[in-house]
Amino acid sequence: MNETIRDILTKVGGLPVPVADLADDSDLYTSGLSSFASVQVMLAIEEKFDIEFPDNLLNRKSFASIAAIEGTIRQILKAREAA
Amino acid sequence: MSVVAFAPQAESLCDRAQRVAAIAARHADDVDLAGRFPREAVEAMKAERLLGIQVPAAHGGEGATLTEIAEICVILGQACAAAAMVFAMHQIKASSLVEHGEESAWHLGFMRDLAKHQYLLASATTEGGIGGNLRNSICAIEIDGETCRLTKDATVISYALEADAILITSRAHEGAAPSDQVMTVFLKDQYTLTKTNDWDTLGMRGTCSEGFVFKGEAPACQVFPKPFAEIAAQSMLATSHLLWSGVWYGIAVDAVARAQSFVRAAARKAQGQVPPGAAHLAEAVNLLQLVKSNLLTGLKTYLDARTNPDRLSSMSFAIAMNNVKIASSETILDIIHKALLICGIMGYKNGTPFSLGRHLRDAHSARLMISNDRILGNTATMLLVQKPDVSLLG
Repeated sequence: MNETIRDILTKVGGLPVPVADLADDSDLYTSGLSSFASVQVMLAIEEKFDIEFPDNLLNRKSFASIAAIEGTIRQILKAREAA
Repeated sequence: MSVVAFAPQAESLCDRAQRVAAIAARHADDVDLAGRFPREAVEAMKAERLLGIQVPAAHGGEGATLTEIAEICVILGQACAAAAMVFAMHQIKASSLVEHGEESAWHLGFMRDLAKHQYLLASATTEGGIGGNLRNSICAIEIDGETCRLTKDATVISYALEADAILITSRAHEGAAPSDQVMTVFLKDQYTLTKTNDWDTLGMRGTCSEGFVFKGEAPACQVFPKPFAEIAAQSMLATSHLLWSGVWYGIAVDAVARAQSFVRAAARKAQGQVPPGAAHLAEAVNLLQLVKSNLLTGLKTYLDARTNPDRLSSMSFAIAMNNVKIASSETILDIIHKALLICGIMGYKNGTPFSLGRHLRDAHSARLMISNDRILGNTATMLLVQKPDVSLLG
């Protein structure tokens, strides 16, 4: 999953730094992720993982780092399994 | 700066604002004509101690809520839009300080000084070359041990020469990405301003939103500890759209008041017969109510989210605030156009009790200060993933 997220960030994240240089907990916003690009990242993740982000997870914190994105996706997948 | 020593806090905020409004109204036409700072009104704000009301009582202020401050914007907006906008812009900066300054000793002290000395705060978020997006900076602050230095080509700093301090954005350090920003407070004696742009505009002529090259040096502790991205999302977005909307609503309220007195005067002369423009008055009052409801809903949304940083930085909250701004800035123009149809040539002419030229010109700034096109684009992007909040009770 980590690799897939990094792939997506490389393709649509528009970051001024190489994604490989980012630690899992690096702050994506201070690394240059714009709010427009963050939506592109969300869309790509929805498509890739066949999920839909619920409104309560559409905030800055859910997408603040690669680890946060991974946590958000796992949370959605887990909720889907439980349903 | 003259600050009256008596304590008017015992009286209601509205009474104090009304007294300021009376002074602002007296000078509004001259402020507009000369394109000068509404000095008398701002002196009166200081004398009525309205500049520090947002600071919590524990730190020497009055802990006024955003709703109370918006109401003052409405009151002042009816008198002099430029003075009201100066008040709104000051309070937007004060909200950043109040919401994000408590964790730093220096900012806490500055908050107390603001309440005590009635400092007027200005903002420098725009910069040549960033294309109007205040969430990007080109300039970077230089931290040199205990000192910070900043040079910024600020294309707009409203009432910069009159302010007691400027809150200014920059990249967090030389190597930072354009969106990795901080905000720093510089006090009047810590910076120089070299004017680069005049402010000779259609309306809002008294905000004196001129351009300057800003050069400042201050203790490094004056940099806000929180990233500007959080300050922008959690206090600036909401307070800007809500307080601006308060000012704009005030402009429209006064335009409708003028139109109504025109209709009443005509009806009295014609023994109760309703003049032809009267139907427009009903429409204008209808639209006025829409703007009011929109603003009140926005204020409630803010109040409900205020203590929850996740909600404040959520997309649904940003969309709600964007919508308040779009709706109020568009609708006030419709309202004032209707008022103009009612007052006819008496509204078109300057210097009559029904003149609406200043209202119309001031109101035209609303769609442009953060362009509605940019805001709609931003909302459209968020709607790619976010579903709009359509429930009646939220």
